Amino acid sequence: MIIEIGHYALVLALATALIVSVMPMIGARRGDMAMMTLATTGSLALFALVLMSFGALTWAYVVSDFSVVNVWENSHSLMPLIYKFSGVWGNHEGSMMLWLLILCLFSAMVALFGRNLPETLKANVLAVQALIASAFLFFILLTSNPFLRLDPAPAEGQDLNPVLQDLGLAIHPPLLYLGYVGFSVCFSFAVAALIEGRIDAAWARWVRPWTLAAWTFLTAGIAMGSYWAYYELGWGGWWFWDPVENASFMPWLAGTALLHSALVMEKREALKIWTVLLAIITFSLSLLGTFLVRSGVLTSVHSFATDPTRGIFILCILAIFIGGAFTLFAWRAPSLKSGGLFAPISREGALVLNNLILTVATGTVLTGTLYPLVLETLTGEKISVGAPFFNMTFGLLMLPLLVAVPFGPLLAWKRGDLLGALQRLYLVAGLSLVAGLVFFYIYNGGPILSIFGLALGFWGMFGAVADLWYRGNFGKVKLGVAFRRLSGLPRSTFGTALAHFGLGVTVLGIFAATTFGTETVTEMKPGASVDAGGYTLTFDGMREAAGPNYTESRGHFTVKRGSVSVAETWSSKRLYTARRMPTTEAGILSFGASQLYVSLGDPMADGGIVVRIWWKPFILCIWGGALVMMFAGFVSLSDRRLRVGAPSRKAKAAKVVKPGLEAAE
Amino acid sequence: MTRKQKRLAVILGGVSFITVAVLLVMFAFSQSVAYFFMPADIAQTEIRPGTRIRLGGLVAEGSVKRGQGSTVSFTVTDGKGNVPVTYTGILPDLFREGQGVVTEGAFDASHAFVADSVLAKHDETYMPKDVADRLKKEGVWEDGKATAKGAGMPVAQGVVRQ
Repeated sequence: MIIEIGHYALVLALATALIVSVMPMIGARRGDMAMMTLATTGSLALFALVLMSFGALTWAYVVSDFSVVNVWENSHSLMPLIYKFSGVWGNHEGSMMLWLLILCLFSAMVALFGRNLPETLKANVLAVQALIASAFLFFILLTSNPFLRLDPAPAEGQDLNPVLQDLGLAIHPPLLYLGYVGFSVCFSFAVAALIEGRIDAAWARWVRPWTLAAWTFLTAGIAMGSYWAYYELGWGGWWFWDPVENASFMPWLAGTALLHSALVMEKREALKIWTVLLAIITFSLSLLGTFLVRSGVLTSVHSFATDPTRGIFILCILAIFIGGAFTLFAWRAPSLKSGGLFAPISREGALVLNNLILTVATGTVLTGTLYPLVLETLTGEKISVGAPFFNMTFGLLMLPLLVAVPFGPLLAWKRGDLLGALQRLYLVAGLSLVAGLVFFYIYNGGPILSIFGLALGFWGMFGAVADLWYRGNFGKVKLGVAFRRLSGLPRSTFGTALAHFGLGVTVLGIFAATTFGTETVTEMKPGASVDAGGYTLTFDGMREAAGPNYTESRGHFTVKRGSVSVAETWSSKRLYTARRMPTTEAGILSFGASQLYVSLGDPMADGGIVVRIWWKPFILCIWGGALVMMFAGFVSLSDRRLRVGAPSRKAKAAKVVKPGLEAAE
Repeated sequence: MTRKQKRLAVILGGVSFITVAVLLVMFAFSQSVAYFFMPADIAQTEIRPGTRIRLGGLVAEGSVKRGQGSTVSFTVTDGKGNVPVTYTGILPDLFREGQGVVTEGAFDASHAFVADSVLAKHDETYMPKDVADRLKKEGVWEDGKATAKGAGMPVAQGVVRQ
């Protein structure tokens, strides 16, 4: 019964979404207040209905109702409760439901917290949001209905894909979706502005908090996904340039550009048309990502189904929304008043450079991701574009941006003083180079050029500190005065500095881990030992063990530094009984920010086993930096509330996401 | 600098950056893209030693042999041709005889294929897409076969998915 109610709620949601996508837009054109306010109540009702539907599906998972096809295919009664919850979105249908739920959550938040938006803008924004929701509701109901029944009901489910039976699945998709579905709000604002044909600095002020919130969650989601792949897949890598990873990385790059261009628009009323375009591009990339992942055009762990009707359906949604938005843009953009010019050497000039590099870098990632697909469709030739391509193009193109980052905040608006900024950064550059050298000397090994890579990481970190240092006027005034000045700065300044600092930490982690990391593949018998990163790893032997829904054979390793035992770990090969599927569970030990990573291979005939050992120095910096960036996003968001003239409720909007997330789980 | 010159400088800078990016992308495509081959193709086309390619097919039954340490040799087949492959490292969890595999590497001077990575995705019924497309076309392999091997799969599955 509950399942049928869930299904029915979803159908009702579609009807509601259709009404909300049409009526308020007509109302906004006619100036009909009643029709416009329908957007607010309608969006809230839509969210409530989708939440109800999602709740019904979750319930079916929790009680292991195998009469529902979706539950039978992806769950098992013996599975731990947490995985029953996260299993809801561990498959195609459920994951689309989560996508929809988060889309409606954002609509509801715009409805709730956008009270000081102009009525017509709000009505149009919510109508566009509802239009996206109806497209996806149609998609779910027609091609991916999670509420289909199975008769007779099987006694036991087929279990969730073992790779997905991990805490990572509970956190990674919701965070990622909060990020890339969150950009739908920016898209809707852009489309609404184009419909109204009016755009100003206030528009940027309304859009920026949403961009920031989405960006923050996407940063966290990508970092989480990367760490999950790192420890779960047992390959020791943290980024594979897999098309699915690129699908989430492209909106992040475009979103980062949007974050910076909206700043220029807010402060200087320039780059208006570009910002609108960028908002459309960012969400288009999110939609493209959804298409790539959900349609099954790529065969990867992320595509749960390969059903051609689904692919074509999403492709149509993609064509309608992206094509529609770009057509609207081409038609209306010339009528928007463009902003003024500005000097190349200025804060806004630096932000334009940021935008140029980020969008071009996004373009290269897009090319590398789509080229094999296009080539195969056109010529039937099959190629693979992997890490070497992306490292060569994306990696090289991002270098000038990393060099430029500390300059941006030091340049003034309107007319910047490059020489002044250079003088201020002399010391920082020297310090970073020295730090890079010292680092290289201590961990010696690797190509000499990597000194500059390490220095680049330090440059980002020290540059951010220098920014705050000069703002507080440290060294020129008394320490107490400087601290008072510093505490008087707006929080967004700290947000900027923290985010740039985090970027530096990530860059440092990437260069350190790739330069000084070691990898050993060897055959080990009990008692044998291997040296890695100054530690000695001894293999003690294998043991058989069993978990709730798997059996495993695991090896015990003891780690010594000199002759002192410092740590021990298990590394195992598991066999999930329901699917007869083997997985590798790596043994990972952290020493500060560095890690030892032990992964088991096949047993040998003579009692030994093949073991792969990685020493990954400072690898945790990669994700640590991302965490700092995420934290910076929240710091910056908390600033909005204090601003006079800005919609103060927006700041809270971002916080409300948290309870919403818990509800979703 | 006048206003006009400033604008020109900005536009020139932007255009040259984009040009560099485009050239870089084209160069990278010519350098680092690996083409996909099946054993039957190898017999027909001349592939120079050292050129990186992807080789896909089925792991021939009874061909997997362990050598020194973690070196493994096996034969990739598509029913028409066979290519012997050597690989040093840990094989993926789902590497099995008779199953689909994609390896990446290059031929050495003596025309032996040396793989530096062996790909297998984490799905029990998974068949690398490139391999599946070709094998299906040639009738060597069909969809149901891999599924049938997995124990405990109810027979109803095929029906339900329709």
